[in-house]
Amino acid sequence: MSATIAAPGLRLADVHKSFGPTAVIMGVSLDVARGSRHAIIGPNGAGKTTLFNLISGRFPVSSGTIELGGQRIDGLEPHEINRRGLSRSFQVTSIFARMTVFENIRCGLLWSRGYRYSFWHLLGGERALNEAAARLLADVGLESRRDVPAGLLSYAEQRALEIGITIAGGADTILLDEPTAGMSRSEADHAVALIRRVTAGKTLVMVEHDMSVVFDVADVVTVLVYGQVIASGPPPEIRANRAVQEAYLGVPAEIA
Amino acid sequence: MSEEIAQPAARTLGAERTTGFLARQWPWLVALAVALLVPWLSYDWATGRHSGFMVSMLSQMGIMIIFALSYNMQMGQTGLLSFGHAVFLGLGGYVTAHTLNAVKAGSLWLPLEVTPLAGGLGGLLFAILFGYFATKQRATAFAMITLGIGELVTSCALMFQTFFGGEGGVSTNRMIGHSLFGVGYAQPLQVYYLIVAWTAVAVALMLLLTRTPLGRMANACRDNFERAQFVGYDPRMVRFVQFSLSGFFAGIAGALYTLTYEIVTYDTVGGAMSANALLMTYIGGVGAFAGPVIGAILVVLLQSWVSLLSNSWLVYAGVLFILMVTFAPGGIAGLVMMHQPIWRAGRLGRLAGPYARLVVPSLLVAVGFVLVIELCSFLTIGAAQGKSLTLSGVTVNPRSGTPWIAATVLLAVGGLWLRLEMRRIGATWGAVTEEIKAMGRRA
Repeated sequence: MSATIAAPGLRLADVHKSFGPTAVIMGVSLDVARGSRHAIIGPNGAGKTTLFNLISGRFPVSSGTIELGGQRIDGLEPHEINRRGLSRSFQVTSIFARMTVFENIRCGLLWSRGYRYSFWHLLGGERALNEAAARLLADVGLESRRDVPAGLLSYAEQRALEIGITIAGGADTILLDEPTAGMSRSEADHAVALIRRVTAGKTLVMVEHDMSVVFDVADVVTVLVYGQVIASGPPPEIRANRAVQEAYLGVPAEIA
Repeated sequence: MSEEIAQPAARTLGAERTTGFLARQWPWLVALAVALLVPWLSYDWATGRHSGFMVSMLSQMGIMIIFALSYNMQMGQTGLLSFGHAVFLGLGGYVTAHTLNAVKAGSLWLPLEVTPLAGGLGGLLFAILFGYFATKQRATAFAMITLGIGELVTSCALMFQTFFGGEGGVSTNRMIGHSLFGVGYAQPLQVYYLIVAWTAVAVALMLLLTRTPLGRMANACRDNFERAQFVGYDPRMVRFVQFSLSGFFAGIAGALYTLTYEIVTYDTVGGAMSANALLMTYIGGVGAFAGPVIGAILVVLLQSWVSLLSNSWLVYAGVLFILMVTFAPGGIAGLVMMHQPIWRAGRLGRLAGPYARLVVPSLLVAVGFVLVIELCSFLTIGAAQGKSLTLSGVTVNPRSGTPWIAATVLLAVGGLWLRLEMRRIGATWGAVTEEIKAMGRRA
């Protein structure tokens, strides 16, 4: 897996972010090859979620550049970045709570299917759209919950729904922020299988605390500590890296 | 709204489609039929005249239904709390008045039936103008901006005499002599039927709007504007388009207002009118499409009917608002929808007994409360007007102790009794929902 010869996916160059006097991200450079599955790990407060927020345009960068497929995306609004093919999920479940599960998925599809701000299409009659939404609903395994308000789903179901919304627009770069956090073992296994299935062929970047998930899914692992990348490489390399073991993983037994 | 993916079989057959439509939309058709027939209830066959009060009240209901629904396009559907919605009703009204005057003067040709469209376009234009600034923000900042816009336009209405006519407003005459159907509109009933027609069209359009990509994304931005951004939508743009269209419908309401009263004054753009929109929408229920319709009907009833009976009708409207916000934040529509699962499970009968027992204590509290308010009112305003309080033929002296004691006793006894009954209802409610859950598990 060599990032240098692959087509440009997501590239961060010397990205800095400060909130007032507090520097949170200090010169992060990162290359995510197209089609690879990249995990970002690091202790609490390392800046993983902030990094996601910078990439997805939720916060502006203080300095540095972010490119997606060779084009600058730093400084763009979140919706503009999304339209260029980058979609994300949130650490705290982020869905449309008062709308039904089906509506949630369908809202994820609308922009990419060119509906824009239309007030002259009646959604009930948009056959292709509704069929696509139904297919996606089946993909994430929520067919039986179709007409339930999303806020009433169980936690694991809400996470699955959020993944569904995230991939609905057909983005080829997917950012998932702790997709299995707070799940039981079996729920997490289920979620990992879902993530694998629906992100096949796409670029996946995920923040994850569960090491078994990280080493199971990722081709490349980047370790972030105090806003800086201390190591980046294939899982076996990271596992063997002394600096990582000291700074983050503590004892080697934990990552086995 | 689970009708979205219609069954392919049902699609091919027009007849089935029609029955499907009837099955879903019959309440609207019933409402329309009632709207058409109600004026004849107060028809005086001896004189061959309609009750002016009735027709005027019904006309106002139609106008306010459109106004409240257009307000809910922002409030309930997009999550935008506006304190200046009357601006678009009022400006739509002014534009209509000027349009009518231009037609009357011969500089413009327009059948009267179409003039509400001019009001709508006026509302739309100003909503685009003000909405551009207001919808850059959401939540509290949005509310503050709309409050400012309301104040701004109200003061403009008094400053710019040519357009707003100052304190006297702009008078007009709806008998412009152009009609698609040859109707003169001299009689209020003719105007009322025009209002019914426009209300039906506006309600249908606003209902359909909720089922479009814009309507759904408005809900999405209300629920979670960040999520909406990350599915490719600019929430500002969603708010802006939705706000503008809401202004269009408010403008239509304003146009119908002008046609009814033939005068538009600065209070149509003012804070009280905006508060009215909020009041109607909240009492009816922001969470259901039909909520504001119920709210509009109820508040107009209060305004026109109760205001005939009492000086203090505003107090009653205010108390109703507080009660709804505190105990039924979903409004009347929310209360109705709460019962839907119980009704579907066929257990509504279980609640009938406990509800029936509410009647007497509620009446006691209501009578006690009304007595207190009226006694206060007759001590102050009533005394100034030289009126005296008569209850079923007996003149009550608000300066004596007896009526005050009676009112206090009614309130205390009724209040305690009501609490007791409410607790019973809570228990029954809990038991019934448990049963329904158990049924669901078994199924």
